[in-house]
Amino acid sequence: MARTALPGRLTWQLARVVELVDETARSKSIVLELPDWPGHSAGQHVDVRLTAEDGYQAQRSYSIASSPEDEHLVLTVERLEDGEVSPYLVDELRTGDEVELRGPIGGYFAWEASLGGPLLLIAGGSGIVPFRSMLRHWAAGERDTMARLVYSSRAIGEVIYREELMRLATEDGVELHITLTREWPDDWQGHRGRVGRTLLEEVAWPPAAHPLIYACGPSGFVEAVAEALVAAGHEPGRIRTERFGPTGT
Amino acid sequence: MDALDGNSIAGELFEHFGAEMTSSPGTCAYCGASALVGELRVYSRAPGAVVRCPSCANVVIVLVRIRDGLRVDASAFRGL
Repeated sequence: MARTALPGRLTWQLARVVELVDETARSKSIVLELPDWPGHSAGQHVDVRLTAEDGYQAQRSYSIASSPEDEHLVLTVERLEDGEVSPYLVDELRTGDEVELRGPIGGYFAWEASLGGPLLLIAGGSGIVPFRSMLRHWAAGERDTMARLVYSSRAIGEVIYREELMRLATEDGVELHITLTREWPDDWQGHRGRVGRTLLEEVAWPPAAHPLIYACGPSGFVEAVAEALVAAGHEPGRIRTERFGPTGT
Repeated sequence: MDALDGNSIAGELFEHFGAEMTSSPGTCAYCGASALVGELRVYSRAPGAVVRCPSCANVVIVLVRIRDGLRVDASAFRGL
């Protein structure tokens, strides 16, 4: 019997952990192998479900970090100290373990080359995860649209995918702007402080360039960024947001 | 409590409607504003979620999980 998921059905399936990668002290990438993965679009997420011995279940959504072109599905999870699911995924999960998940889910926050650009991605903290998927997808394509990433992090040690992003930033057609909000090295050459109107005017395309904008991060971060973008004159219809909170990524 | 976006209930809506819904448009029954599901404000608290219009903040969708069943009332988000 074919085991391919039927269209119109979202079924739970078991994914096997094939590799775990430490990204920062609080976050880890989980590389997964799935027998029935239908493929995904950059920016989509999955639901992960944990079941305790007594039957209690906890479910959370996690953005997909891998691009559609990658061999394996990758999730990057940041440990929330009071979390129900993330401490298990970050600290307890081992290679060879199985995780129950369903997906891919979502279409509103997805990007594919046909949507064009210029593509402006604005991340707060672990809000970088779906943008890793989008940037890898962008890099694997024709690169006929420009891409720019603005990434806000508390400190340099909390920057996820740092080496990969630095490598990407040396390539044509893509620009990377990292801003550190709490502490920075003495020789830090990047931006400092929160993403607000001043920083956006410096690093974002002007509204006249009609950038396609994605903002992802904690609720407060996304709210502030979206307000600053609209105040600066960007079209609300060209701004897509993904907020996460304690119940989210 | 901070709101999330319609993306955060994408899995539940897929479960209910049998299709990806976050890019689907609808109209608020209270203020008439149009929005995509992904743009709605979601207030999640187990065992369900309250979904509000981004323009007028009235409740347009309610999700409740009862035992293994998912109930969705989207009657105030017209055209979905």
